[in-house]
Amino acid sequence: MDFEWSVIWQALPELLKGARLTVLIALAGLAGGLLIGFAAGLARAYGNAVLNAIAFAYVEIIRGTPIIVQVMFIYFALPILANVRIYPLAAAIMAIIVNAGAYIAEIVRGSFLSVHRGLREAGLALGLPLWKVLLYIIGPLAFRRMIPALGNQFIVSLKDTSLFIVIGVGELTRQGQEIMAANFRAVEIWSAVAMFYLIMTGALTLILRMTEKRMRIL
Amino acid sequence: MSIVEFKKVTKRFGQVTILDQVDLSIEPGEKVVLIGPSGSGKSTLLRCINALEEINGGDLVVDGISVKAGGRMVRLIRQEAGMVFQQFNLFPQMTALENVAFGPRRVRGESHQDARKQALEMLGKVGLADRAHHYPSELSGGQQQRVAIARALAVKPKLMLFDEPTSALDPELRHEVLRVMQALAEEGMTMIVVTHEMAFARKVGTRLIFMEGGKIAVDGEPRELLANPQNPRLKEFLQHVV
Ligand SMILES: Nc1ncnc2c1ncn2[C@@H]1O[C@H](COP(=O)(O)OP(=O)(O)OP(=O)(O)O)[C@@H](O)[C@H]1O
Ligand SMILES: [Mg+2]
Repeated sequence: MDFEWSVIWQALPELLKGARLTVLIALAGLAGGLLIGFAAGLARAYGNAVLNAIAFAYVEIIRGTPIIVQVMFIYFALPILANVRIYPLAAAIMAIIVNAGAYIAEIVRGSFLSVHRGLREAGLALGLPLWKVLLYIIGPLAFRRMIPALGNQFIVSLKDTSLFIVIGVGELTRQGQEIMAANFRAVEIWSAVAMFYLIMTGALTLILRMTEKRMRIL
Repeated sequence: MSIVEFKKVTKRFGQVTILDQVDLSIEPGEKVVLIGPSGSGKSTLLRCINALEEINGGDLVVDGISVKAGGRMVRLIRQEAGMVFQQFNLFPQMTALENVAFGPRRVRGESHQDARKQALEMLGKVGLADRAHHYPSELSGGQQQRVAIARALAVKPKLMLFDEPTSALDPELRHEVLRVMQALAEEGMTMIVVTHEMAFARKVGTRLIFMEGGKIAVDGEPRELLANPQNPRLKEFLQHVV
């Protein structure tokens, strides 16, 4: 068979549109995931028994179920349970938020607890409340340590957006699928789609490398 | 009025009693040297004073505030009782200057400028003005411990707690830390020092306390006790440390 570059050329606008949506879902999802992840991770590490139990249950439920089931639940079950209308895009972003949030919580918890406990005592001994000790002393140290693991999670979540093909979100994989269904050029289209993902994850890796280089791990 | 007052203080870890109904009053200006075998509860006693350990029985009043008062009150106690740790525990992401300025800035809430000025002053006091912009990893152990002392002093405490401040140091680096502590004592600072440095106890201490099994076994004048220990356990202990 021959590889038709013109097929890719023609598909480019649609694929770009899909890639844009993929980036949007990943960015919005990860921003929310970071928020929830920090909250849940800190609750696990430093919260009282109640907060700790809630965060623990959240993390275990999400880690114990496939993301595709989670998005199905949000898109099909939640509207019935809560009597609300949920758009596919919103369901996709919510799925990334709750899913990435659980994994990020574990990353946050681990890296905060990995900081030598003498530093926490030194901060407390100066007369600071715990939250300031975490914000000014432990946080900056923990943050350096979590960058590699966070980067990994960002890449995983970015690729997970391809699963939202099941709820009809027009992200990159879905766009590829639709173009292919019309022109039957599987080789060209899936090669192009793969390239798009590689470019996105490659850019992410590059940014993370640069951030990591700027900060010494202490 | 005593600056530190233990009233039948009991501290347990699980089932094990570490401090057993300890009574102890320390007056402002005293330099108390705390000695005793490993595991006798010296660190625990010190850490109860600034509420890094919670007490299980009795009461402990520091500068008029009970350690059981909780939250904000406990933070006030900690601001009045500076602590120096065996392992220094400097903040590794901050320079010496930033470490020392941290207390004035974040605890006392002073401006960036004022905090820096005080920090430089404190670093000068411990003889490290020329190391202000070094990170802890770029300083020797003795220098790190002096920065740690400056960091505690910068919060302007009334009382200083030292937990084996020279034990992690090579012998030739100890004297620089001990000299700083002696200078601090001569300024009139109230100090409670856990140490094995008997020369320091003799020269600087105004009171020597020997702990054993979570109780205060001997409490008296350092020179007298060290020259002529009556308590057989103290006698034995002293033979081992010197
Ligand atoms: N967080 C803790 N949990 C359980 N047991 C502890 C804890 N901290 C201290 N202990 C125990 O309490 C006892 C007294 O400890 P402490 O550190 O006060 O002794 P110390 O006199 O300072 O000894 P050293 O000279 O070795 O520093 C020890 O038996 C120790 O194992
Ligand atoms: Mg100790």
